[in-house]
Amino acid sequence: MAIEKQETQRIIELKDVCKEFDGVSVIENINLYIRKGEFVTFLGPSGCGKTTTLRMIAGFDIPTSGQILLNGKDISELPPNKRPVNTVFQKYALFPHLNIFENVAFGLKLKRIEKKYVDKKGVERIKYEKLPKAVITEKVKKALEIVDLAGFEKRSVSTLSGGQQQRIAIARAIVNEPEILLLDEPLGALDLKMRKEMQLELKAMHKRLGITFIYVTHDQEEALTMSDTIVVMSDGSIQQIGTPEMIYNEPKNTFVADFIGESNIFSGVMSRDYDVRFCGKAFKCLDAGFEKDEPVDIVVRPEDVRITTPENGMLKGKVTSVIFKGIHYQILVQCGRYEIEIQSTTTPKVGEQVGLCVDPDGIHVMKKKFRVNKFNGVITKRNTVEFGDGEFECDVTQLYPGSHLDEEGYLITAKGEKLDLTDVEVNVEVGLHDITMSDNLDDGGAQGHIISLIYKSEYYRYIVRTENEEDYVLACEDLWNENDLVSLIIPKEKIRLTLKNTEESKK
Amino acid sequence: MTITKPKLRFSRKLLAIPYAIFLFVFVVAPLLIILYYAFTNGDTGKLSFENFANFFSGTGGQTFFESSRFKTIVQSFGISIASTLICLLIAYPVAYIIAQSHVKNKMGLLLLFIVPMWVNFVLRINALKELLNWIGVYNKSNGWNIFNTILGMVYDFLPFMILPIYTTISKIDKSYLEAAKDLGAGGVSAFVKVTLPLSKAGIMSGISMVFLPSMTNYVVSNYMTFNHTKIIGAFIDECFRNDLWNLGSVTALLLLTLMFLITWLTGGFSTESETQSRGTSLW
Repeated sequence: MAIEKQETQRIIELKDVCKEFDGVSVIENINLYIRKGEFVTFLGPSGCGKTTTLRMIAGFDIPTSGQILLNGKDISELPPNKRPVNTVFQKYALFPHLNIFENVAFGLKLKRIEKKYVDKKGVERIKYEKLPKAVITEKVKKALEIVDLAGFEKRSVSTLSGGQQQRIAIARAIVNEPEILLLDEPLGALDLKMRKEMQLELKAMHKRLGITFIYVTHDQEEALTMSDTIVVMSDGSIQQIGTPEMIYNEPKNTFVADFIGESNIFSGVMSRDYDVRFCGKAFKCLDAGFEKDEPVDIVVRPEDVRITTPENGMLKGKVTSVIFKGIHYQILVQCGRYEIEIQSTTTPKVGEQVGLCVDPDGIHVMKKKFRVNKFNGVITKRNTVEFGDGEFECDVTQLYPGSHLDEEGYLITAKGEKLDLTDVEVNVEVGLHDITMSDNLDDGGAQGHIISLIYKSEYYRYIVRTENEEDYVLACEDLWNENDLVSLIIPKEKIRLTLKNTEESKK
Repeated sequence: MTITKPKLRFSRKLLAIPYAIFLFVFVVAPLLIILYYAFTNGDTGKLSFENFANFFSGTGGQTFFESSRFKTIVQSFGISIASTLICLLIAYPVAYIIAQSHVKNKMGLLLLFIVPMWVNFVLRINALKELLNWIGVYNKSNGWNIFNTILGMVYDFLPFMILPIYTTISKIDKSYLEAAKDLGAGGVSAFVKVTLPLSKAGIMSGISMVFLPSMTNYVVSNYMTFNHTKIIGAFIDECFRNDLWNLGSVTALLLLTLMFLITWLTGGFSTESETQSRGTSLW
């Protein structure tokens, strides 16, 4: 998709597609096209809108706005039974009251073929005929052969294993010879070994049938294994579209980097072209075209970090964990405040001092979508929040809508539950314009030196770095000097807190 | 000397005792009594099958098929079948619409059909009777009597048809319908090919909840027809009132066997996954 190949036909195209459910936006302005015969995967965490997108292509959901074009024709409003598209459902949805043959033949029995004939008066008319029984039987037989379940016609659905049901679901879809086959996390319910087998089989099936496959999964490995093109989605919008190699090697942003494969993500600044600073050190890189001292995100894949002796390393640290992973070891090294993950075949001992090197081509610099400062914070006993090397007063009731604090400082939720928020981890967001600086070091919740200032026509953009290398980015109309020691003041109501979803952070 | 108290061990089995007593006194014992009377001679108390022969023999020079007893049986079946069919025809669309609707408070909608059951049943039937009387069709002719009986049965048993069907339909996974549509089925054929067969269990459950009561609930037929239309229930009642215990027992036993057969033939005893979707949880 990213690489233009105009000669192949666009089979399906989504134009400015948005979808809302009860006023809540689920899909925001999606634009993409899929070429005929491609194997495309929609990849993203649960709730990212990938299944909704698939359902809109299938016709189960109608876009709130925008168009879906099939071979250039708008099909946005067409009901599912009128679309040349078939779906393999997540939970198979095989009809329990029908046997395998009847399940697979379901679509064929409903099919009507147009037939022209000349009536008695000599007028040409069109009549719609059912497929002959023999044709149906033959087609079902072939479809069952494709999925390796020949001879299962008479069995009932409940006698089949999960993997077999999965195959029947695929047979039931492909027997109709759809132009596009949609697969909604079809392997989710299978065990690991079975899943790997089916991945390869599906891939082979795609090659053999030549149908366009659109596949939905949250499993990045699955996506990398099977797809020609991956569409990475998050929060209802597309993050990146590209081949598996492109997505892995050149992630467009930290979300993609984090979601696809393992990665170390750092916040840093571009000192100048080809020079990036993170983890308190300067590194050479291959990226250019950033503003001076522009805050950036840096992604380093664990396999791109080399372990050397402490003297030769750009970073020094202590090995905290070594885990055997089969082909390689997963090693965690604590370098000051930073924990760095490394994949290596060498095995340092836990507690050993090591040096770490990263070659310029192992450093991926990404523009920071900079709108707000983001920190990881912890709620303290006094209902303040600690983040970015400081402690700030905040309004904890925003964590639970409709809640309030009682006299003892416990949070009472809207449902009347009493919560102790001490040590709860939160995401903290503070806007660029919500931080002010002060000479008086006791005024603010955190202190640091101004390490960069850039004039942005209306205001200066400052970066303040604390002792432990936490960076605050803020906008201020007044002129301060570089290296000034300042304290940072953030009004209570400007600190936005959200609960950390432990499950999501693991992904 | 110490007295060792026998420990009162509370086990779950004890919880079953009240029901076991109930079961014995009100189900097993009456059944045994019926069996006894059905298979013994009324005068001598000896084992015999003559009660069955009596039941199927004619009275007053008529053959069995000419007798009023046979007429009662046929009439009873006719009323039952008609009431069940009408209940089904009304209940299915209602259950379907409620189950498919996007209304949040579906239970509230269902209550509209259940609440009438909370009013005393004799009172309701009486009210219906008065209504028919007022319209002027009460006890007018034999035809009207049968119609009124069916009306009363439908009125009384409709909720018993709606609930199991509703439960089954609302339990059908939406993905089956989506799969049907995905495979090319329009609204009507998706309903006929998927929803209807998948709600079969609920329909069967509903039928058995309506069919038997409308054979035997003679309160309805008596009230609605001023005792003019007789159904099997009324016949059994009559037998016992007139001290024909043996004949009454035989009739009851035959009815019981018939019901058992019908339930068995319609798959009511199946233990497959189908039973899970039967609306039995509500009862």
